[in-house]
Amino acid sequence: MIEVKNLCKSFGTNLVLNQVGFQVDEGESIAIIGRSGTGKSVLIKHLIGLIAPDSGQVKVDGQNLVGMSERELLLIRQKFGMLFQGEALFDSLNVAENIAFPLRRTGCSDESDIKRRIDEVLDLVELSGTNLKMPSELSGGMQKRVGLARAIVHRPQIILYDEPTTGLDPIVSDSIDQLMMRVRDKYHITSIVVTHDMRCARRLGQRIIYLLEGKVYLDASAEEAFNSEDELVGKFIRGEADLKEVKF
Amino acid sequence: MKAAQGVGMNFSIGVGRVALLACEVIRSIFSVRLDWSELLKQLHFIGVRSVFVVLTTGASTGMVFCAQTLYQLHKVKMDSAALSVVGIAMTGDLGPVLAGLMVAGRVGAGITAELGTMRVTEQIDAMRTMSTYPIDYLVVPRFIATVLAMPLLTVLASVVGIFAAYILLGSVLGVDQASSLKHMYYYTDTGDVLMGLIKAFVFGVLISLISCYRGLNCDKGAEGVGKATNEAVVQSCISILISNFFLTLLLRPILKSF
Repeated sequence: MIEVKNLCKSFGTNLVLNQVGFQVDEGESIAIIGRSGTGKSVLIKHLIGLIAPDSGQVKVDGQNLVGMSERELLLIRQKFGMLFQGEALFDSLNVAENIAFPLRRTGCSDESDIKRRIDEVLDLVELSGTNLKMPSELSGGMQKRVGLARAIVHRPQIILYDEPTTGLDPIVSDSIDQLMMRVRDKYHITSIVVTHDMRCARRLGQRIIYLLEGKVYLDASAEEAFNSEDELVGKFIRGEADLKEVKF
Repeated sequence: MKAAQGVGMNFSIGVGRVALLACEVIRSIFSVRLDWSELLKQLHFIGVRSVFVVLTTGASTGMVFCAQTLYQLHKVKMDSAALSVVGIAMTGDLGPVLAGLMVAGRVGAGITAELGTMRVTEQIDAMRTMSTYPIDYLVVPRFIATVLAMPLLTVLASVVGIFAAYILLGSVLGVDQASSLKHMYYYTDTGDVLMGLIKAFVFGVLISLISCYRGLNCDKGAEGVGKATNEAVVQSCISILISNFFLTLLLRPILKSF
């Protein structure tokens, strides 16, 4: 479904992704983990063509996104839904208009169908009745759930989560984790989550990709990854800092 | 020398990118269905909500210009020609330039700040993931609204400036209004009005493209949005003033026959 080959990306002199390669099959649920600044968010944005690589390939259903024009990418992106780290809700539109946006922009003009689908996804994320609220009137957790509702309303084949629990308290993070699992199980969507929240990765990821210094250091099943005896992987999963880095 | 080369290079790159944006906008106008509700919203923001500032600027400039002109013309006993000078200046030059500068300050800054904030909060990326090309949804309605609103605001600024000068001449400065009006009709021709409208159209194109370009390409953070907004206003104003000079030189011979 998604095939990444020899992906390289630099910003200035900073090499962020270095020969990254992996494959995602239909229906899989993958967690990409790694320390801050290792290129996780950059990688996920390559998968949907938001960033163009310096070299390498990103294929979605056999079509290489690299070299496509923005208008060609728009068609490919209909297969995707994406939840952004900062929700990225349109602050000039209310909740219902935000969720309806991808439907209206892909040609859906049946207002009764749009309303039914908005109500359905709002019910799924447990935010029924908030249709007319503006994003600024919602808490961080509620905004995240509206972002999730907007990402799934057009029934994408693949959903990308960019740091879905960053900045949320543990209780809200737990509810977002459960919602993501509910979405995955209900719609059988291929899920790719970028996170450094190990609880989120453990719950959502059936396969774990560990990025280290711009390279895929580990690509293994969740069980293998979380029981790994590799020192670097183990330290990251347990959240142990290297003594050399702890300088006060 | 190197610094000058750097500035020249940046200027060339900037002009090139704005030109590419213009090509994308034109392509979008002729190939993608326009979002009418967004266009109406932008027409209200850019046109209707600029009326007050353009009216005030036009009226005050018309009156000041009229008074200063009259004081000079009075020395050669040509009091009734003051309104003609105001008429020619307001329709061909001052009207479009004043409206352009006001719109660049009010609307240009608003467009850049809005698009810049959308960029730094990833709203534009989110739009792209939802199969929406930001040029179609964000730039085209703002471009069309600015290009449509600018000639109308220019007409408003010119008419109000001339009317304010007319009232001032008769009620405060004691000049015969009828002969002033007659002279103004005689000396102000269709060519002046057409030149003002063409300039307004060009200024609308410049303001919308520069403001949208700056907003879509601003750096991250509050500082990035602030810097982009500042640059958009400054560059729009400078481009209006420079293009006004060249447009006058170019259009005057062409429109002489009107």
